[in-house]
Amino acid sequence: MAKKLPKVDVVTIGVGWTGGIIAAELAKKGLKVVGLERGKDRSTKDFLMVHDEYRYAIRYELMQDTSRETVTFRNEAKERALPMRQLGSFLLGEGLGGSGVHWNGHNFRFLPYDFEIKTMTEKKYGKNKLGADYLIQDWGITYDELEPYFDTFEKMAGISGEDNPLGGKRSNPYPTPPMKETVITKRFKDAAKKMGLHPYHLPSANLSKSYKNPDGEQLNACQYCGFCERFGCEYGAKTSPNVTVIPTAQKTGNFELRTHSNVTRILHDGKKATGVLYVDVLTGEEFEQPADMVAVTSYVMNNNKLLLTSKLGKPYDPKSGTGIIGKNYCYQILPGAAGFFEKERFNTFMGAGALGATVDDYNGDNFDHSDLDFIHGGSLSITQTGIRPIQNNPVPPDTPRWGKDFKDKSIHYFNRVLNIGAQGASMPHRQNYLDLDPTYKDAYGEPLLRLTYDFTEQDKNLYKFIADKSAEIMKEMGADTVVTNKAAEKYNIVPYQTTHNTGGVIMGADPNTSAVNNYMQMWDAENVFVIGASAFPHNGGYNPTGTLGALAYRAAEGMAKYSKQGGSLV
Amino acid sequence: MADEEQKSTMTRRRFIRNSSLIAGGAAIGGGLLGTLIGMNLDEEERTSPNKLTGHNQSGNGQASNRALMYFTDKENFQVLSAAAERIFPEDDNGPGAIGLGVPYFIDHQLAGNYGNNTREYMQGPFPEGTPTQGYQSPLKRHQIFDEGIRMLKEISQKNHQKKFDELTGEEQDKILTQFDTGKVKMRGVDSTTFFNLLRSAVLEGAYADPLYGGNNNMDGWKMKNFPGHQGSYLSQIEAKEFKEIQPQSLHAFFK
Ligand SMILES: Cc1cc2nc3c(=O)[nH]c(=O)nc-3n(C[C@H](O)[C@H](O)[C@H](O)COP(=O)(O)OP(=O)(O)OC[C@H]3O[C@@H](n4cnc5c(N)ncnc54)[C@H](O)[C@@H]3O)c2cc1C
Ligand code: SF4
Repeated sequence: MAKKLPKVDVVTIGVGWTGGIIAAELAKKGLKVVGLERGKDRSTKDFLMVHDEYRYAIRYELMQDTSRETVTFRNEAKERALPMRQLGSFLLGEGLGGSGVHWNGHNFRFLPYDFEIKTMTEKKYGKNKLGADYLIQDWGITYDELEPYFDTFEKMAGISGEDNPLGGKRSNPYPTPPMKETVITKRFKDAAKKMGLHPYHLPSANLSKSYKNPDGEQLNACQYCGFCERFGCEYGAKTSPNVTVIPTAQKTGNFELRTHSNVTRILHDGKKATGVLYVDVLTGEEFEQPADMVAVTSYVMNNNKLLLTSKLGKPYDPKSGTGIIGKNYCYQILPGAAGFFEKERFNTFMGAGALGATVDDYNGDNFDHSDLDFIHGGSLSITQTGIRPIQNNPVPPDTPRWGKDFKDKSIHYFNRVLNIGAQGASMPHRQNYLDLDPTYKDAYGEPLLRLTYDFTEQDKNLYKFIADKSAEIMKEMGADTVVTNKAAEKYNIVPYQTTHNTGGVIMGADPNTSAVNNYMQMWDAENVFVIGASAFPHNGGYNPTGTLGALAYRAAEGMAKYSKQGGSLV
Repeated sequence: MADEEQKSTMTRRRFIRNSSLIAGGAAIGGGLLGTLIGMNLDEEERTSPNKLTGHNQSGNGQASNRALMYFTDKENFQVLSAAAERIFPEDDNGPGAIGLGVPYFIDHQLAGNYGNNTREYMQGPFPEGTPTQGYQSPLKRHQIFDEGIRMLKEISQKNHQKKFDELTGEEQDKILTQFDTGKVKMRGVDSTTFFNLLRSAVLEGAYADPLYGGNNNMDGWKMKNFPGHQGSYLSQIEAKEFKEIQPQSLHAFFK
């Protein structure tokens, strides 16, 4: 029997970026918030000796322990899904701050086009541009409506950046100036300008200077230490929940954090949630935490899983096309090109997770798709994130994978290769979805989430187009050899690609085609708010956190309103 | 070289003086700053490894853990060493896997979390999957290495009537290629999986911080001009020219 605890106003399932934002905003307003986080506590002082590629980047010290929980995967519904036995294609977060601890800090706003993608695409290209199997839909909110929340997130995070000439309108400049210009970013920008493109410095959560955010949290200046993506920041210079929203919540006295607390159920009476059930991971004890509102902030995968195991919302059925939960799972398409420079060596080992330069000329609908066999596109960036020697062994094509030649070339080219890469948009397809696995279980006896996913024709066409554009820029940059990346025939869960999973609990204006409204409030359970990239009806041509952060601030506003008035917020 | 060393030390000292961490009086634990300042930043740790075994004679703490934690039969360790050296051979760039201590790195890893798959999902069933679903073997990594080494020995006995580590490099490469291309029949796992594990482990041992027992004398890093753990590149990130910086390992925190 679970031990029943005293009721609180709000419980968050997970304390990463979204859970942290909800905790801070509602605790500031005087609501009592409990944050349940399955992993352990951690803060800047735990990262003093973090410059250890093997421990953090290869053995995934800061990420999900897949011996306890993972997902199963198959390319298509007729196959048998099997467990992802170790982390691969994406690196799920675990522990205080979630993936917000070891993210890079690329901080973008999705384009105005993204939020009204269906309307705008049909208006310009007609109803059949993609075909009926692609389930694109408007988000139920416009860029202009979301703009103030983007602004709030960026000010909280102290984002360093400059205007994107092809992006949505901004009400304010970035809170801190862009990061430093390097030989590499300048080379990219010069080439892009020469080609008539519109480069700008990548908006970054590795701060260009020290900054105090509106909540009074102090962020420090980035040292370009080169151990950023997959690592925590020992300087408190990479904005994470742990140095911003979590301490903000704690200072109010209204936030109680419980680590080692794994939520297994959202409890409900068919209409509303009554609280959550969780297990103390260290003792195995089970607790019931009653709450007036439940914030589901456990990242895309577990947001979907918890709704499905708790029987909240109608599960998506790909055969009939009915139901919602698990629908519109999307990923990110990652075309790019590598440039080999024979006569130059670059300081590629220095860098920061979000140091780079970007062009958006081939993103969204910034270019004409009339004669193209895909919609949308992607942001194209050069980044200088700090290369490390285990993971980076660049060799020209046709070099053997091991032995004398491999060793010689991988050493020779270590500092002689630059990459241009895109964050390509990913469109939802009827056959790509999430549900529960019938066989495999997690450490608590709950079914694993099952992922059914493969790349589509749209993906492959987008890939080819954008990869060619990357190669053109790389040529202009003067590389001696340019290698254009090729799209994979099938999605493969083994090699790392990106932790930009989206969808499954999608937002919209219509309860028949969405799970949550534009406050992230569930249509089927008005006191349940499901927050994160799980709400994205498709994935845009950027990293997701700037946009999901804005949606989290929007959700916090909705929850504050709901605590006073109840009922549907729209 | 000495010049470069002094310059990089200077810049780091200057960093500490000028850093916003101090200037801004920022809220950062005294522990971090204390350690950064107290660190001996420019000392290069020299040991002279016995080329053949990677054995560290000096016992100065840098790479003193030269004994076996996992392997019980020394012959198996020698087979592993020979295979690792073919994957990452000694050449004009510098030492190979053996000179870098990679076999010890692998031995130590097999004895711990890595070898025992403690952070991997190991629940059955284990039906055969598609390549895009990743490995589905019930074997733990240390068992895969055991089986792989057993087969390396068996094949060299069968084809050459010799121990694997007594074969010529070319003969060894031929056998390793059979593993790489999945042609060797293994129990519970395909031979490509074993070979990929071995290949990754060799690169990891060559380039991981020396604290793990490989990358002896930071020679893996030196070959790649990788400076290892450095406090800050703030004052160098805008440099137009390529920087050669004396590498430093995490041992710097414990001197
Ligand atoms: C290596 C890497 C680099 C990245 N770089 C970027 C980038 O540059 N730009 C960008 O925009 N995005 C980036 N991301 C993605 C970014 O980190 C996520 O978008 C962001 O953290 C999502 O916030 P979230 O709150 O949804 O999830 P998280 O921040 O991951 O938080 C979820 C939390 O919920 C907890 N949890 C899960 N299930 C349960 C349960 N059952 N009970 C209790 N707790 C639970 C988890 O332990 C975790 O702490 C990166 C991700 C990775 C892994
Ligand atoms: S690169 Fe900058 S933000 Fe990233 S970990 Fe290093 S100091 Fe922190």
